[in-house]
Amino acid sequence: MKHLFTLAVSGLAAATAFGVADVPKASAQDQLTIVSWGGAYQESQRKAYYEPYMKEKGVKIVEEEYDGELGKLQAMKDAGNVTWDVLDVDMAHAIAGCDEGLLEELDYSRIGPKEKFLPDTVLDCAIGSIAYSTILAYDADVYKENPPVAIMDLFDTAKYPGKRGLLKKPFGNLEWALIADGVSREEVYDVLGTPEGVERAFKKLDTIKKDVVWWEAGAQAPELLANGEVVMTSAWNGRIGNAVKEGKNFKVVWDHQELDWDLWSIPVGTKNIDLAYDFIKFASDPKNMSQQSKYIDYAPTHVDAIGLIDPEIARNLPTYPENMKTAISLDWVFWADNNEELTKRFNAWLAQ
Amino acid sequence: MSTSANSFVNFIDVQKSYDGETLVVKDLNLSIRRGEFLTLLGPSGSGKTTTLMMLAGFEVPTHGRIELDGREINNLAPHKRNIGMVFQNYALFPHMTVEENLGFPLAVRKLPKAEIDAKIDRALAMVQLSQMRKRRPAQLSGGQQQRVALARALVFDPKLVLMDEPLGALDKQLREHMQIEIKHIHQSLGVTVVYVTHDQSEALTMSDRVAVFNDGAIQQLATPADLYERPQNSFVAQFIGENNRLSGVVTELNGSHCRVKVGEAGDIRALPVGIGNVGARTTLSLRPERVRINPTNGACANQFEARVEELIYLGDHTRARVQVLGHANFVVKVPNAEGVPDLKPGSTIRIGWRTEDCRALDAF
Amino acid sequence: MAVAETLPSLTIDGVPLKVKLARAERSRKLKAVGLVLPLFAFVVLTFLYPIVVLAQKSILNEETIGRLTRTNEALANWDGVSVPDEAAFAALAVDLKQAQERREASEIAKRINSEFSGAMSRFKSVTRKVADMESGPYKEVFLSSDEIWSDPALWRVIRSVSNTYTPYYWLTAVDLRQGAEGLERAPAGEAIFLDVYARTFWIAGVVTVLTLILGFPVAYLLATQPAHRANILMIFVMLPFWTSLLVRTTAWFVLLRSEGPLNDLAEMIVNNRFEMIFTRFGTIVAMTHIQLPFTLLPIYSVMKTIPPSHVRAARSLGAGPFHAFWKVYFPQTVPGIAAGCLLTFILCLGYYITPALVGGPRDQMVSYYVAYYMNNVINFGQAAALGMMLLIITMVLYWAYNRLVGIDKMKLG
Ligand SMILES: Nc1ncnc2c1ncn2[C@@H]1O[C@H](COP(=O)(O)OP(=O)(O)O)[C@@H](O)[C@H]1O
Ligand SMILES: [Mg+2]
Repeated sequence: MKHLFTLAVSGLAAATAFGVADVPKASAQDQLTIVSWGGAYQESQRKAYYEPYMKEKGVKIVEEEYDGELGKLQAMKDAGNVTWDVLDVDMAHAIAGCDEGLLEELDYSRIGPKEKFLPDTVLDCAIGSIAYSTILAYDADVYKENPPVAIMDLFDTAKYPGKRGLLKKPFGNLEWALIADGVSREEVYDVLGTPEGVERAFKKLDTIKKDVVWWEAGAQAPELLANGEVVMTSAWNGRIGNAVKEGKNFKVVWDHQELDWDLWSIPVGTKNIDLAYDFIKFASDPKNMSQQSKYIDYAPTHVDAIGLIDPEIARNLPTYPENMKTAISLDWVFWADNNEELTKRFNAWLAQ
Repeated sequence: MSTSANSFVNFIDVQKSYDGETLVVKDLNLSIRRGEFLTLLGPSGSGKTTTLMMLAGFEVPTHGRIELDGREINNLAPHKRNIGMVFQNYALFPHMTVEENLGFPLAVRKLPKAEIDAKIDRALAMVQLSQMRKRRPAQLSGGQQQRVALARALVFDPKLVLMDEPLGALDKQLREHMQIEIKHIHQSLGVTVVYVTHDQSEALTMSDRVAVFNDGAIQQLATPADLYERPQNSFVAQFIGENNRLSGVVTELNGSHCRVKVGEAGDIRALPVGIGNVGARTTLSLRPERVRINPTNGACANQFEARVEELIYLGDHTRARVQVLGHANFVVKVPNAEGVPDLKPGSTIRIGWRTEDCRALDAF
Repeated sequence: MAVAETLPSLTIDGVPLKVKLARAERSRKLKAVGLVLPLFAFVVLTFLYPIVVLAQKSILNEETIGRLTRTNEALANWDGVSVPDEAAFAALAVDLKQAQERREASEIAKRINSEFSGAMSRFKSVTRKVADMESGPYKEVFLSSDEIWSDPALWRVIRSVSNTYTPYYWLTAVDLRQGAEGLERAPAGEAIFLDVYARTFWIAGVVTVLTLILGFPVAYLLATQPAHRANILMIFVMLPFWTSLLVRTTAWFVLLRSEGPLNDLAEMIVNNRFEMIFTRFGTIVAMTHIQLPFTLLPIYSVMKTIPPSHVRAARSLGAGPFHAFWKVYFPQTVPGIAAGCLLTFILCLGYYITPALVGGPRDQMVSYYVAYYMNNVINFGQAAALGMMLLIITMVLYWAYNRLVGIDKMKLG
């Protein structure tokens, strides 16, 4: 009799406990997998978006990293089991992913008014989040006098001997090669659009080929610079900014910086599409968006967020007018047409 | 140690230690005659293989000299000693045919092809394996492999052949057959053989002389008959053949006889072999077949009452276990011949033996 | 007597012996089949099936299959050198319109773009134009949209891509391509894969030889030392197995760096720093380190089975130490060498991470490009063709090796 009583009481207690936990909030299944580019960049997203969002909505965010391998997404889609919910893409991947049918066409009514975003960053399948830039960086402890100041200096091994780091893709490097060879930034793509232009760009790259260390993941560039493997390197400007915050004496050369965007997208086949939209809406809110610049030197894409940035910080952003003077605007249509062939060409060139 | 003129191999004060602490071979002095079949016999771990390996050159003596044909060979490399060797597991080269195995020592010696062929033919004929020339060792039976190993050790006409338990892996019948065969080969070739075994009957069957090993030292070196009939100490007496042991104290010692007190009532006359003075302890050794039942008066100096405990019929003879002088494991071999009394378990009989058949050895 | 011989033998219960035997054997056979069936199914599912899929992908026009059927028909009688007629343009327009509705137009464009650079943007803009048209004539619209549409080379690509099967990926994998007059070699700037294959096999071969040279004496030492000492040595050999491939490779990265400890040492001794990281040298050193146990262990376990008495027997028969080793010991280790080297060689062919981390751009092996086409370019067809090519070359080599060494003679222990 006594036994039965205890049993009944504990059963009741358990039921109550579950009942209490079951308040109409986010349930335990609410989990969002967000894939981004790792390193300092992903950390800034964590602080600016993931942590506040998890706190406010009670949703668990699972982070993953990639280096732009859309092939993984294709494989998941083919297998009918897409585990990515939100994907951070750069411009090239936003366009390629959309063409491949890997990314959802966005319903902007679920995000916010298109006209509030910088016009370049409003795409069919992706909505801009930040502007970042590929720049030249060097260690100021190595160059106390006469530091490199222009892209020309990247190609000048006589004046600046030593290894230099470059991204292992044709994209961006061919433009710089032509600039260093005397082509004006307005004419870069006209030249690159001809076989002679391509030839010319590779010829210029030939002059530094044996001095190049090629990097593939964003975090590698500041590392190569830090452990002395290279004297200067191309890099994503925010990664350099963060290394500086950690005490490195690195400097950014803004000459002919290559401005690009990071954008939010939703993979086709996600099982959490509503939550994905909810997250993108949250991250696209100007107040939230303005937070990210505190953690990495990247500029917001929402026009209302731009005004909210601390002027001290704004000077280090790629969009700061002083930094934009000689910026190259990358031609996405050109690269969608020519990436595959130029990459083949680039790989063959590398292997020679 | 004098080295006699016809001695072929000499171990002189040889000692061997592997670990620098214990001696595996203690102070070995051994002289092997040319053409002789000498067996090293002893329990496992007594140092036989070590002795053989020192002779073959695979182990270096820690102390002492080894001479072969009058020449010191302590520092001579194994391949320069010209010694044939048969290993326990034959050590035939599995990737070579029988022919190639036999040809190996000949090719090394750069003999002309025709001579090599002739020698291989002869060696194979000797072990009756002429048809197996092209086979590989794995395609032969254990006995055949053994013969190939034997042929290989002999094919290059060495003056000395070493064999380390070469028949250990064969079954009893085959082993006995091979014993005879090896013996014949030895006789017809006239080589010197040093043979290692732990099987005493094998040693007695094959050898000219046997060196009994125990604990790294030679206990006795003698012909098989001597070993059996006249063991010099109680280890040899025990190790070779069956043996009744009675322990007691010497009470009288005069020249060729002694008296030994065994238990309360026993007073035994025995042949002194390895005993101290009066009062010393001794082990009496007596072969079971030398004990007589109901001996005629005067035939035996020693006569005692015994009780039959157990009888085992073995065809040509019956083993009787009897109790005598307080020893319950005394064995008597009774030949199953005419005029032998009918024994019954529990009955009391008289047994007796001669003084010279009862050897007073060192206390065990 | 003669009768008895022709009659079949019967068992006690009158059943012919043969039948009875077959029956008894059948149940044994069934049991044997039952025992291997799970593994067989597993291998088919995880190994053979993917290979078949891979082989398919390498010859299929997956992106365009069933999406350009009208175009394909319309181009059936086209001569391949002139500008096609209105019917072909109309067929392509209808195919594109349909694809656009199904969100498949970009995939078609991308597939064509990979053989004809620049097609991407032209397809997109022309697709947008024809999407609004109810009916033709279309040729005008195409030609006014861009001059590229009057290029027969583009149309040849369209015709080839509208077929179910394509030789394109396989041709690319061997640096060939289809020109106006049959096959031709890819231009120097694009030919890469023959080089990559040669390099892959060269690196694998060098690493195999190095692991053999380094591993053989160590295996010999291990096999001949007394157990307690051999065990300690064995731990050193096995140590690399207890850390992940990535950790080991990263360790080599740290060691070989120009500011790394090895170069610090070199600076101290010969007052010079050497280029070791991002070179062929670094790749081979790191791979040799990782592969060493794979070559060594089969050799070691074969050596363990060789009794020491064999060499002693050879010595007693008159062979000097080297002769005894070379004629008696070494031949018996060959099965282990064969197995160890084959294992290492084949494993080396698949290396990807190590060359990527410590090698330079000229040290990347086939797997790198397979991964590259899979992950970055999403060109599964090209990845599949490269992978199949590697598989086929490996199988041919394996066959040759088998003829040379004999697989039945190979021993892992
Ligand atoms: N290579 C060796 N290292 C150390 N001890 C050994 C070695 N070979 C033999 N022994 C030891 O020496 C003793 C005698 O061995 P061995 O000569 O093989 O005896 P037997 O052949 O009479 O059985 C044994 O105690 C054995 O353990
Ligand atoms: Mg032994």
